[in-house]
Amino acid sequence: MSKRYPGAEAFAVEELDFEVPAGEICVLVGPSGCGKTTALRMVNRTVEMTSGDISIGGNSIREGDPAQLRREIGYVIQQIGLFPHRTIAENIGTVPTLLNWEKDRVRARSAELLELIGLDPEYGDRYPSQLSGGQQQRVGVARALAADPPVMLMDEPFGAIDPINRSRLQNEFLRLQAELRKTVLFVTHDVDEAIKMGDRVAVLKKGGRLAQFASPTGLLMEPADDFVEDFVGADRALKRLALMRVRDVDLWTAPLAQAGDPCEPVRTAVAAAEVPHALLVDNESRPLGWLSRRDLAGESVPENADSTADPLIDADSVLRDGLATLLQSGSLYAPVVDPRGRLTGVLSVEIVSDFLSSREASESELSAAERPHD
Amino acid sequence: MTEFLAVTAAVDESFFTDRSGGGCIQENRLFCPDWVTDNYDRYLDPTLEHLILVGSAVAAGFLIAFALAVFAHRHRWLQTPFLAGTGILYTIPSISFFFLLLPLTGRGAMTAIIALTAFNLQIIFRNITTGLRNVPPDVTEAARGIGLTRSQVLRQVELPLALPEIIAGLRIATVSTVALATLAVFANGGGLGAEIVTGSNITFKTGIIVAGSIAVLMAILFDAVLLLARKALTPWQRAAP
Amino acid sequence: MNLPAASFGLFGEAFEFVFSGREAETGGVTVGGTSQVLDLAARQLEVTLLALAVAVLLALPAGLLLGHYGRGEFLAVSAGNAGRAIPELALIALMAAAVGVGMFNLVVALAILGIPPILTNTFVGIRQVDRSSVEAARGMGMTERKIITRVELPLAVPTIMGGVRTAAINIIATATIAPLAGILTLGDFIIARNVYGDAGVLAGAVLVALMALALEAALAGAQWAMTSRGMKLKRS
Ligand SMILES: Nc1ncnc2c1ncn2[C@@H]1O[C@H](COP(=O)(O)OP(=O)(O)OP(=O)(O)O)[C@@H](O)[C@H]1O
Ligand SMILES: [Mg+2]
Repeated sequence: MSKRYPGAEAFAVEELDFEVPAGEICVLVGPSGCGKTTALRMVNRTVEMTSGDISIGGNSIREGDPAQLRREIGYVIQQIGLFPHRTIAENIGTVPTLLNWEKDRVRARSAELLELIGLDPEYGDRYPSQLSGGQQQRVGVARALAADPPVMLMDEPFGAIDPINRSRLQNEFLRLQAELRKTVLFVTHDVDEAIKMGDRVAVLKKGGRLAQFASPTGLLMEPADDFVEDFVGADRALKRLALMRVRDVDLWTAPLAQAGDPCEPVRTAVAAAEVPHALLVDNESRPLGWLSRRDLAGESVPENADSTADPLIDADSVLRDGLATLLQSGSLYAPVVDPRGRLTGVLSVEIVSDFLSSREASESELSAAERPHD
Repeated sequence: MTEFLAVTAAVDESFFTDRSGGGCIQENRLFCPDWVTDNYDRYLDPTLEHLILVGSAVAAGFLIAFALAVFAHRHRWLQTPFLAGTGILYTIPSISFFFLLLPLTGRGAMTAIIALTAFNLQIIFRNITTGLRNVPPDVTEAARGIGLTRSQVLRQVELPLALPEIIAGLRIATVSTVALATLAVFANGGGLGAEIVTGSNITFKTGIIVAGSIAVLMAILFDAVLLLARKALTPWQRAAP
Repeated sequence: MNLPAASFGLFGEAFEFVFSGREAETGGVTVGGTSQVLDLAARQLEVTLLALAVAVLLALPAGLLLGHYGRGEFLAVSAGNAGRAIPELALIALMAAAVGVGMFNLVVALAILGIPPILTNTFVGIRQVDRSSVEAARGMGMTERKIITRVELPLAVPTIMGGVRTAAINIIATATIAPLAGILTLGDFIIARNVYGDAGVLAGAVLVALMALALEAALAGAQWAMTSRGMKLKRS
C-alpha cells in the first residue's frame, strides 16, 4: 500500500508490500521519518491509505467501520497516550468497556493484566501521573492487550525508557508473546531491538520503501544492499551473537570430580581434556569450584576447591551476554548451567570466535531464528 | 438629572423611616448597622431576582457557548468567526445591549438575561475551545487508535480533560455577571441594582453598601462553589505525581 | 433632515433623535441632535481615556516590577479576580454618594475598575516570558531596567494588551452610567428616559455600542502594531 499526506510532494510510504504470518512478531525498522508510524497507522485506519490494500486474516480492512476495526487491533502508540483522567484500571479496561463487557468482567480483566505486566494490584487505583515512565509504557501495552485482540500494533513501545528497564520490558514482552502468540507489528528505529524482538524484520528506507524483509539472521548475514548494511552497522557480526543462546552452541566439557573421589584418574583426565582444569561438582552436578593442581596433588579430591566456580553462565542467555560475562570476569572458561543449576558444559572465548567464523554455525543460526522465542 | 430616578422603582413609603429611631439614616452616614437589622427582609426578593438573572444568563451562555465550541471543534475554520462574533457581543456594554433589545423584547428580566448571556458567551466559548485544544494529541490519538468513535473521544476524553479550563471560564463568567447584573435595574430587570438605585434616591449610602456587599458575597459564593465542583470533578488532578 | 421616521419604527425615531433632535418627553425643548450627541460622546470618550490612562500608569509599572522580580503573585493574580467581582453600579453610586460627584472622583472610580485586569495580565505576561531569554539578556550585560523594557515588555505585549482591552471595555461600559456621578455622557440618553423617550434610549444604546466597538477595534489595532514581527510569525 502507499500513503501520500495531503499537500506533500513525496510519498510517506510507497508501495510497501509484505506479509506477516499469524502469531509472529514483525518489526518495522528504519531511520527517523522513514514512514514507520505512517505504515503502522494505516493498518488500523487512523491514517487512510492513498492506494493499495491491507488484509488481516484474509479480510480487507477497508470494509466496515474503522472504530470497530480498531477495537479488534491492539494499539500501543509511540507517546504512550494514557488517559490522565482515568485510573490505571480504567485505562486498561477502556476497550472491554467499549465492547460492553460486564463491569465485573472488566475489573477482573484489568486485575489480570496488571499482574501479567508485573504491577501490584494497588496500582489499579492510581492515576497515570503517579507512575514512572516505564510503568506507564507497560500499562500502555496492557491497555492494548485488554480485549485480547489477535493483532497488535506497537509503535516504539519501549522508546521512552532507560536501556536497563528497556531490556527488561523487552524480555517480559517476549515471555508474554511466547504465551499469547499475537500477530504483532512492532516499530522501532533501533536495529538491536529489531533483531532481538523480531521473527521477521522489515527494513524501511526514506519514503517508506521496503529495503529488505528477512529474518534477523538473514538481515545480518546477507544485507540486501548498502543501505541495509550501513543501517545494520559494522558490528553486525557481533549482533549475531544476540541471536544465539548459549545452550545452542557446542560447549566444551571439563573433567568432573566429586569430593572424596581419588585424584589420580582426574589428573589423567585433565591432561587429555579440552578444558585443562577439573570442576568440583556436587552429586547433583552443580559446579562448586575449579580444582587447582594443588587440590589434585593429594590422595582424594578435597571438600573445597581452591577457586570458586564463578561466573556461572545461564544456558538460556544469549551468546553475546555469555561472552560479556566471560570477558568481564577475566577468566578463560565459565561453567554453563541450566535453570536448576546443573552443569551443561563450559563456555570459552574460543568457542565464540570459532562460532563467528564457521559456516555451519550460520546455518544453525538460521534454523534457530525460525524457532519461536521463549 | 434627578427626575429620571423616579421611574426606576416605585417609591417606598417606609424608606426613610429609621425604625430604630436613631439619626443615622436622616444624616445619611456612611453605614448604619441598624438599617441592616431592621430591613434585611427587603433584600430577600432582590437577592433572589439577582440569583435568577445570573443563573439563567450563565446557564444560557454555557449551553450556547458549549454548542458553538463543540461544533467549531469539529470544523476548525469556524473558530475564528465564532470568536469574533462572540467578541462583538462581549464588547457591547450590557447597559447598551439592554436597550438595543428594546424594540424586540421591551423591558424586563428577559431582556436583561439576554444581554448578560451575550456578554458571557465569549468568555465561556474561549475557555472551552482552549480546553479542548490543550488536550494532549497523544491522548486523543491513543483514544482513536484503540477504537473510540469521534463522539466517544469527545465525551470520554476531550471534555473531561478540558473540564478545568471550562470551569475556569464559568468562574470568570459568573463572577462578572453577578457584578454586571446590578445594571439590570435600568432595564426594569430587578435584582440588587434596584436596591442601589433605590426609590427616588441614589445617595443612600447604607443601601448602596448593603446591596453592593450582597453582590460581592454572591460572586464569592458562586466562585467557591465552582471551585469545589472542579475539585470534585477532577480527582486526577489531586493525585500527587 | 426629513426621513420617513415611522417606517423604521423605533429605529427611525432614534435615527431622527441623533441627527435632527426630537421634542423632549417633558415637552417644550428639543433634545438630541448632532451637537448634543457629539458633546456627550466626546465627554464619554474623554472620561474613558483619562481613566484608562490612569489605570495603565498605575498598574503597568506595578505589574512589570512584580512580574520581573516574581514577587506578589498572590496579590497580582487575586487582583484580577477581585476586580471582576466589583459591582460597577455600586461603585459609581457609592463614589457619588460618599465622596461626591465630579470629574475627578469619576475618573478615580473608573480607574479602579481598570487597574485589576491590567495588573494581573502584566504580571502574568511577564512571568510567561521564557526565563532563558531573560538569562541570555542578563548574560549579555543588560541592566535590569533594559531587560524589562527591551526583552520582557515586548514579549509580554499581547498579554498586557489583553488586559488593557478588558479594562477599556469595562471602563467605557461603566462610563455610560457616569451621569449618576454628575458627568453627562451618552448614557444620559439611556438613563434619563423620562426626558429623551424611548427614541433617545435606543439612540444612546446604539451610540454606546458603536463607541465601545470602535475603541476595542482601535486597541486591537494598537496591539497589532506593537507586537514584534517575530511574535506575529510564531503565532500564525
Ligand atoms: N499528519 C501528517 N501530515 C503530513 N505529513 C506527515 C504526517 N505525519 C507524518 N508525516 C510525514 O511523513 C513522513 C513519515 O512520518 P512517520 O511519522 O511515519 O515517520 P517515522 O518513521 O514513524 O519516524 P519516527 O521514527 O521519528 O517516529 C515524515 O516525512 C513526516 O514528516
Ligand atoms: Mg514514528
